Amino acid sequence: MAGSTSIQPIAELLADRYMAQHAGPAVEVQGGGSSAGIRAALSGAAEIGMSSRQLKPEETGLKEYLMARDAIALIVHPGNPVRSLTKEQVRGIFSGRVQRWEAVGGRSGAITFITREEGSGTRGAFEELVMGKETEIAPDGIVQDSTGAARAIVATDPDAIAYISLGMVTPEVAAIALDGVQPTHESATDGTYALTRPFLLLTKGEPTPKARAFLDFVVTPESQATIAEEGYIPVKPAGRGSGA
Amino acid sequence: MKRLNPEVTQRIATVCLWAAAGLALSVLAYIIILVLAKGLPVLTPHFLLASPERMGRAGGIFPTIVGSLALTLVALVVATPLGVGTAVYLTEYTQPGRLAAVIRFGVDCLAGVPSIIFGLFGFIFFVIRLGMGWSVLSGGLTLAVMILPTIIRTAEEAIRAVPGSYREASFSAGATSWQTITRVVLPAALPGVVTGIVLAIGRSIGETAAVIFTAGTALRLPTSLFASSRTMAVHFYILAREGLSMPRAYGTAAVLIILILLINTAANALMVRFRARTQ
Amino acid sequence: MKTKEWLIEKTLLLMALSAVAMLALIAIFVFIEGTPIMAREGLGHFLLGRKWAPTKGSFGIFPMIVGSVWVTIGALVIAGPLGLACAVFLVEIAPRKVADIVRPAIQLLAGIPSVVYGFVGIVVLVPLIREHLGGPGLSVLAASIILGVMVLPTVISISQDALEAVPRTYKEGALALGCTHWQAITRVILPAARPGITVAIVLGLGRAIGETMAVIMVVGNAVKVPAGLLDPARTLTSNIALEMAYAGGDHREALFATGVVLFMFIMLLNSLAALRFGRRRPSP
Repeated sequence: MAGSTSIQPIAELLADRYMAQHAGPAVEVQGGGSSAGIRAALSGAAEIGMSSRQLKPEETGLKEYLMARDAIALIVHPGNPVRSLTKEQVRGIFSGRVQRWEAVGGRSGAITFITREEGSGTRGAFEELVMGKETEIAPDGIVQDSTGAARAIVATDPDAIAYISLGMVTPEVAAIALDGVQPTHESATDGTYALTRPFLLLTKGEPTPKARAFLDFVVTPESQATIAEEGYIPVKPAGRGSGA
Repeated sequence: MKRLNPEVTQRIATVCLWAAAGLALSVLAYIIILVLAKGLPVLTPHFLLASPERMGRAGGIFPTIVGSLALTLVALVVATPLGVGTAVYLTEYTQPGRLAAVIRFGVDCLAGVPSIIFGLFGFIFFVIRLGMGWSVLSGGLTLAVMILPTIIRTAEEAIRAVPGSYREASFSAGATSWQTITRVVLPAALPGVVTGIVLAIGRSIGETAAVIFTAGTALRLPTSLFASSRTMAVHFYILAREGLSMPRAYGTAAVLIILILLINTAANALMVRFRARTQ
Repeated sequence: MKTKEWLIEKTLLLMALSAVAMLALIAIFVFIEGTPIMAREGLGHFLLGRKWAPTKGSFGIFPMIVGSVWVTIGALVIAGPLGLACAVFLVEIAPRKVADIVRPAIQLLAGIPSVVYGFVGIVVLVPLIREHLGGPGLSVLAASIILGVMVLPTVISISQDALEAVPRTYKEGALALGCTHWQAITRVILPAARPGITVAIVLGLGRAIGETMAVIMVVGNAVKVPAGLLDPARTLTSNIALEMAYAGGDHREALFATGVVLFMFIMLLNSLAALRFGRRRPSP
């Protein structure tokens, strides 16, 4: 399987569990990004593609399996007093219209915003869900090619803001509320937090028996519990430990 | 304008030059100490010999050590004969002329090609066009192209340094030029040739950009030439970038730095011995 | 015997052509992938366009060209004088014992993997710049400093060769005329070594413009023309490495086209070094 680097960590983990329980051929997990995962599934280079964004209308011919959902959180430095922004303010910041923290109720300072590179599934989802059709992410932003790098900058720069997977939020950074809703496991699961995207597994036509077995494994209660433990939103709540 | 006394200028200049060399050395020392101070505590046999768990957040780096070694080995197996052959041709078979100039220009240019271009080329040529996929083979062959100039140049210098009297003695004993090369010249030049190979190993192990797009990033132990493999340098990059585990990132960096230190020391020692022998 | 020797010679010739053949292969394949999109977009639009949004059909790499030029010049401002000073020190000033320590140390500096440089940049240099000079820290300045250190060994070893190649008699003559050692260095040795030093600088430029992994970590990668040293920027190399993993179709072609531009820059510098000055450089 190949594709989204956002799904890769959890897919690796599940693949390890799967192989520990099932004899037979190894499950190999490659990164490459959502678009590469979709192409790999289409071309047959991978038996399973991984995409962390919705398929585009022109990307047809694939069967989709929803494995989990992921919330995208906006993060700032823990010392930043701003703890809530509206979607409109976020759009303003990332489009370059709002350049200073005092304009959104913070202390005086220039905003450093960090975005992901073109082609990233996280960026694609952020553009789709926050920026909308009309506004674009301004070119002035720092561009980082990984969630960890974006988080590391926010952890050290009091003026920085970035968007990352909720599952990747650590205490070094503060996740802030969007339109008054704090991103948490619960708010993302019940849908009150709006910024979520699907983690899709893709096969070209009917999956091979080997792929089928893994796809089934992913939605077992234990696997879904693992997904919840890692900070993602399970699609089958059955196996979820309560109050996570 | 008042001119400084030349003696005073001389003294100031000398101080500045010492300072410049001191600055270069302290940058080096700083980097090494920083990496080793934070990395050495992580270096346990377990870290070196265990497989990574949870994308490298836990466990060791064993598969990436194997990955680095496998890629380097493929690169050397291909580049060493080609490189030494080229050096022999340039030194023993050509007169300075147009052909030699073209070959040298090619070698010089190849040496100047940035590693990201090798990465692009390896990706489109080995991975895609030749259908090798992200694999040890694709990555190793890409590295082979990259280290070829290093091997050619050091081998050429080493062969050139073999005194002409060796060859004359061999010829006068009735040997053919090929016999002279294999039995007299190459053995005499061996330490120099090996220095080049050792330096090439250093470059291969430290390389990231050319490898990440050709060998892929799979964290499993590579079991065949066609398996994707992650090298130590790529693993370090991903650990540090993704912020998966800083202690393990430092640990991996420490292994890299120690290897580079060993490799450079070995190359130096060989070079000193070689110079002592040919002079 | 004759045919065997002939066979050996031709085999060696084939091997010797391998480097040239590889260079040609690299050029051909990068060009095949990269040039169609340059033709479709128009060379002018591609090179001078300021908007890079490859997933939305805008392919302008002007900001990356400017970014690469800034960062490279910045690196040379640091590595040029410092490298030359170190070379003069090694050749003219250093006692033998000191030189024997400094020389391999400089080689070691060349052996440290670029990812390690980038890492040190991000954990040490970037916060330093952000706290003391302002801006996001990830900047042209940070990349210049890191690259400056990285190209230092290239500049030093080639300048050193150039200085050593100056005949001893030049220096002895100057000293005999009553010059101080420093006067001999600045008025006689350095001018005589100038062509070699120029080659050192040109090849240093080549290494700086081609460096990727260290730069991607510290330069900030913003797709805009930097307005100052403390601004983030994106280089040609970081553009390729940053987006290559995700790219397909036109996007991938545009990244190969970025590679074509980089390749042309490098070949230009290499040709300058190799043809104009007609002298070989030592191994890196």
